[in-house]
Amino acid sequence: MIELVVIGTSAFLLFVITLWKRRSPANLREIPALTFLYRTLGLSMEDGTRLHISLGHGGLLNARGGSALAGLALLRHIAERTSVSDKPSVASSGDSTLGLLTQDTLQAGYQAAGVEELYVPTTGRVAGLSPFSYAAGAMYISQNEDVSANIMIGYFGSEAALLAEASDRENITVIGASDDLTGQAILFASTQDALIGEELFATGAYLGAGASHLASLTVQDILRWLVIVAILGGVAVKFLTFFGIV
Amino acid sequence: MRVVTAVIAIAAGVLVLAGYFLQGIFPALASVQALLLNWAILLTGMAALAGIFNLIFVHTDKIRLREKGSIYSAVLVIGLVSTLLFGMILGTENEAMKIVLNGVIVPAEASLLGILTISLLYAAIRLLRRRTDATSILFLLTAAFLILGSATLPFGNIPILGTVARWVSQVWALGGARGILIGVALGTLTTGLRVLFGADRPYGGN
Repeated sequence: MIELVVIGTSAFLLFVITLWKRRSPANLREIPALTFLYRTLGLSMEDGTRLHISLGHGGLLNARGGSALAGLALLRHIAERTSVSDKPSVASSGDSTLGLLTQDTLQAGYQAAGVEELYVPTTGRVAGLSPFSYAAGAMYISQNEDVSANIMIGYFGSEAALLAEASDRENITVIGASDDLTGQAILFASTQDALIGEELFATGAYLGAGASHLASLTVQDILRWLVIVAILGGVAVKFLTFFGIV
Repeated sequence: MRVVTAVIAIAAGVLVLAGYFLQGIFPALASVQALLLNWAILLTGMAALAGIFNLIFVHTDKIRLREKGSIYSAVLVIGLVSTLLFGMILGTENEAMKIVLNGVIVPAEASLLGILTISLLYAAIRLLRRRTDATSILFLLTAAFLILGSATLPFGNIPILGTVARWVSQVWALGGARGILIGVALGTLTTGLRVLFGADRPYGGN
């Protein structure tokens, strides 16, 4: 029942705050990796190079679906912005269901930009269906398709190092985020800028994807404070019980 | 059409979610949830097939246009089609198919895992060149300290180091990891809710 209360409260907060955020301007702290990502988008458009968005191999039918959906939200925004570029962005995924949604999201981005006729279905790809085959397929894209930046956002494990290192060898800018702890540690060590923890879910809000993304950040902050209060409360109760005060 | 897809997706999401929490009150929700999840599993199978065809189209295009590295595309397409055909004719339990799996796929992935060790070492060495700040220095020092504390050294273990390393990994690192995981869980929750509300629609439409 607690889960239902948490989900219900979050849904209510998200709804109310989304309405509120439509009227009030956003005030976000600076995240260097996302500032860099914003700049990279503009640069790739100007110098006519391609962006490679690697969405990882998180499936939509398991607990990794959250990071995959966050990656798709970012892809939708990037597709819209880079659709008229000389070299349109390429997106790769390591899961079949995610692959289908990748193509659909890219097409939606082109539609939103009013250039659906420019959409090429093969810009959304399934690069491989196991972690290492995905890494091998995605490395191939980075090395052979005139890519200037590799944005890795989704579920990556240790294979992220191969992809980051291959990009590094080609002097490709790498921005990385994973919801896996191993993947995060590896991306922190092997990329110029890495997003840590829940920063992965903030990309949409920072790139101006809409009021619901901004509201998500506020809801996360509220829930985080509730978790902190619950943890500290639990510690206090245990402490008081240990010394026989209560 | 976009409204219809959104209504179907939101309804399916709400029914599956309700099935987890309210099947005690509404038993019918359990069977609806099972039905929807079975459909999802079937669609995943079809999606795998679509993914394979996507891979074939991408690489045959590269071969046709004689793009850079198209030789690898040719190897991939030949390997994929022949494995698919032989797999369908002989079955996955056939000895020849097992040889292909154990003699090609498994060693290839194992060798990538081997390369990974070097890649990680290289990344750690290059970290300070890429980003010289307090966090990077702390990251490398902690990694080196934990390796020294947990590795078997030729001259025997350094006193206290093992205990301190365990304390660092089981208290500090574990605490930090749990903090990150709580943040990821909250992010996943709000992302899921956005999709459930139809604010984000990764299924066709703006």
